[in-house]
Amino acid sequence: MEPDNSLEAVGLLVEPVRRAVYEYVAGAAVERGRDEVAEAVGISRSLAAFHLDKLVEAGLLAVTYRRRTGRAGPGAGRPAKLYRRAEAEHAVSVPPRTYETAAALLAEVVDGAGLEPQLHDAARRAGEKAGASLGDDLLAGLADRGYQPYRDGEQIRLRNCPFHHLARDYPPLVCGMNLALLDGLLAAAPSGEQWTARLDPRPGECCVALLSKTSSD
Amino acid sequence: MTGYHIAQLNVGRIVAPLDSPQLEGFTSQLAPINALADRAPGFVWRLQDEAGDATSYHPLDDENFLINLSVWESIEALWDFVYRSAHLDVMRNRRQWFERLAEAHMVLWWVPAGHIPTIEEAMDRLERLRAHGPSPEAFTFKDRYPAPQLSEAH
Repeated sequence: MEPDNSLEAVGLLVEPVRRAVYEYVAGAAVERGRDEVAEAVGISRSLAAFHLDKLVEAGLLAVTYRRRTGRAGPGAGRPAKLYRRAEAEHAVSVPPRTYETAAALLAEVVDGAGLEPQLHDAARRAGEKAGASLGDDLLAGLADRGYQPYRDGEQIRLRNCPFHHLARDYPPLVCGMNLALLDGLLAAAPSGEQWTARLDPRPGECCVALLSKTSSD
Repeated sequence: MTGYHIAQLNVGRIVAPLDSPQLEGFTSQLAPINALADRAPGFVWRLQDEAGDATSYHPLDDENFLINLSVWESIEALWDFVYRSAHLDVMRNRRQWFERLAEAHMVLWWVPAGHIPTIEEAMDRLERLRAHGPSPEAFTFKDRYPAPQLSEAH
């Protein structure tokens, strides 16, 4: 087993500029280069490179080298160094708590007992409660809840699944729960009325997408 | 590439006859979801009758007992179709259409590439899983076993 560096990794994010760098890259729909990070966060390229290196070292971001889309053939130059969110998860709980073990046990029983309808009802009510105090900025509200939302045409896509491990082990149960949660949230939030939640799985993202009610789809 | 493909059997007992209004949400999605499977990455084969689905096969001599039998190039390809396509939404609603089964209702096993599993073979694998728990001969997504080595005689 590898040593747990979660405390160090999370500790790195205390520094506000570094945290802004992390949040920009982790929440982006596609990999980002140093120059884009510098521009988005409002810092110099060398400072951006410094923070990006620290985040990669700690395992919070991952690096790939490739040519950017739209630039190919002669003159495309060297592959760019691009950054994205790392797969690893880091959780720090003081004092120690292991809610994930409890959640997995509960999910196994709910799944085995066929209690999805009850779970989805409860999730919808929880979503409605949260939606009532969500405020006018839907994207900010979703970001606060850990979804890392971004606009994609007439949709709002969610870069992060807050229930990732559980959703991988019990997809219909947990993705259905998340759909009901977001459905309730949209129904109760003043900023949610023009959006509909639906399952639209894509690799590496939350399985729920929000579709504009005014779109033609 | 291994010389093995993954076979999958799913069984379920519907809560009402297939042609009842209660099952409409299920039957109306059969054709589009089967079409989605047919063009999904890694799809190899699925059991189908003249209507293009598998709803006319009833190995337990029970009209409401349905099966779904297919072969895929890898477990990952099968998982991606089941849980990372429009099929997920069907799964989410399955309690509306299928009875809850106390025993295992899904089983996976490796077959040599090119082998088309029979219904008997598939039901036998399910029985093995139910009787002995997961093993290399009959397992689940949660308890996976690697494909046999090509050097092993089968």
